[in-house]
Amino acid sequence: MINFRLPIGDALEAMIDFLVEHLAFFTKASADIIEVMLKALENTLLAMTAPGFIAVVVIGLWLGTKDRKLCLGSALGLALIWNMGLWTATISTIALVVVSTLCALIIGVPLGIISAISSALNRMVMPILDIMQTMPAFVYLIPAIPFFGLGKTAAIFSTVVFSMPPAIRFTCLGIRQIPAELVECSAAFGATRWQRLIKLDLPLAAPTIMAGINQTVMLALSMVVIASMIGAKGLGGEVWKAIQRLQMGRGFEAGIAIVIVAMILDRVLQKLGTPKQK
Amino acid sequence: MIKIRVQGLYKIFGPHPRKAMDMLAQGKSKEEIMADTRHGVGVNNVSFNVQEGETVVVMGLSGSGKSTLVRCLNRLITPTAGSIFIDDQDILTMNERELRQVRQQKLGMVFQNFALFPHRTVLENAALGLEIQGMPLDNRLQQAREALSLVGLESWGDTYPRELSGGMQQRVGLARALALSPDILLMDEAFSALDPLIRRDMQDELIHLQQKMRKTIVFISHDLDEALKLGDRIILMKDGAIVQIGTPEQILTNPATEYVARFVQDVDITKVLTAESLMKRSEAVAYLRTDGPRAALRKMRKHSIAHLFVVDHNHQLVGIISADAAADLAAQGKDNLSDGVVCTDIKTVNPSTPAQDLFNIMADLPYPLAVADENNIFLGVIVRGTLVAALAERGGIV
Repeated sequence: MINFRLPIGDALEAMIDFLVEHLAFFTKASADIIEVMLKALENTLLAMTAPGFIAVVVIGLWLGTKDRKLCLGSALGLALIWNMGLWTATISTIALVVVSTLCALIIGVPLGIISAISSALNRMVMPILDIMQTMPAFVYLIPAIPFFGLGKTAAIFSTVVFSMPPAIRFTCLGIRQIPAELVECSAAFGATRWQRLIKLDLPLAAPTIMAGINQTVMLALSMVVIASMIGAKGLGGEVWKAIQRLQMGRGFEAGIAIVIVAMILDRVLQKLGTPKQK
Repeated sequence: MIKIRVQGLYKIFGPHPRKAMDMLAQGKSKEEIMADTRHGVGVNNVSFNVQEGETVVVMGLSGSGKSTLVRCLNRLITPTAGSIFIDDQDILTMNERELRQVRQQKLGMVFQNFALFPHRTVLENAALGLEIQGMPLDNRLQQAREALSLVGLESWGDTYPRELSGGMQQRVGLARALALSPDILLMDEAFSALDPLIRRDMQDELIHLQQKMRKTIVFISHDLDEALKLGDRIILMKDGAIVQIGTPEQILTNPATEYVARFVQDVDITKVLTAESLMKRSEAVAYLRTDGPRAALRKMRKHSIAHLFVVDHNHQLVGIISADAAADLAAQGKDNLSDGVVCTDIKTVNPSTPAQDLFNIMADLPYPLAVADENNIFLGVIVRGTLVAALAERGGIV
């Protein structure tokens, strides 16, 4: 017992080494695409300048939600961030969150749909999701480095892995929750599986899927902060710098900026998630 | 023409239906099979035909297999054994694509809890089946609108199902099925979730629609009154098997088993028996052209009655003549009845009038009630005494 140790860590390391070696073409390609996307988004947002960005956000929120409090709060919050001199870092963080969320949804929603349809896949995916969600977030940082090296792409990789489970889970749940009678009805009228998915499953599961997207965004935001340890920069980078230099005030300022971004994202997604009542 | 033909249909629920089938063949009961093998018997050796244009009500208590049976008809549930022919096509041997086609074109289904899509308007719901068929938008909305107007909801197309009452929602469900112009309507406890008043309205409306459409309808119900009202024939099920098939009257007056008899004992028979089943096909009529007063009097004496219906050579009802009038004519030496015929617009009922309505009609009638069809052809006569006697004999009233 004392001398024999199960080589779990060694095995996983060997597996990752193997993957790094043989998936290099894939990771390189996807890293390039992600980097281009991220750079483009970040540059666009920065080019808008702080007042421009704030104006666009507020007008968009007003048209979308007609919620005066939300508009005013967002304007004030963003203005505060600007005032604290954290604008560039905030934009960098937002760009990271947007790109990782998009990647997580592009992979997660279809996976959720498939695991709702196939019980076999469902039984396979669910325990993996359990593991993914209970694994400490920091652990995902380590394999990202051999694949992508230090930097933003590695940060996005670990963020996608960390934030994807709710997208899969909620999509799957939303579709499985469709009342049996409606499912029966679509079959009785001769719908194909695809027609059922488009006409019944997705529209009815939309609020649940939106709740999953909300969670994914929130997890992505928390992860891009943690990913500053492997070079994500942005607001997380400010916090990380403040830790290393023991600049308490600077650290809290960055923390407040993160809270503001999180609150705006959360409220907006909640508004989008509640179906409009006529 | 036979529209639906079901032969030796079985449905066993569970992973290994063979064993349960063997036990059924040995005559084991549903409970024994459940206890031994944990397999449920849904449908047990069911065979029946449905004629085109006929309304068949499949009736039974919950757990009798009636809902399973109707789902076998469009293969929402795949039967374990047996065959189902719709228009002589065996739907159990069809592949997915053929099956979808039959479902899209021939089988409209109406569900107990309406099963409307909550995210779609009433019109979009009514158009669902057509949309699945791939019909272009304009055509399908047009056809859906027509279906909605059939059920009286043409002005509700833009509302959402949750804004409608239960009865209206089920009208949408009916319109959705009718929009396909299917040959067959499968109605699974379609009115059971509605409150009694609305339910009666919907039943009347279905009868009314059916008079125009002549669809083949398989209606599932646990409500005997509903079955008696809607069904041309009733299939009574118990434990997955058919106990009796027959017209409402056959089921009531001639129950095949003790179970059926108990099932029907509380029925108000006056709602079910019709004028046709109560009338006497009397030969005691006078023919206007050939019978003179003396012949009429002789017929009255022979049948011990004081009135005689008079018909023309087509057997169409002309009027009624009393014994007194006939005697007067005879005294005057006339050889023709036409002067003595009174009440040329005498009260008649058609053969499908329910017995409960007959009491009121007959109450203030000084002479017996004539039964005539829509062309006024004389069919028979109902005398108050025979009405009461017939009902008493069948255990109905008194």
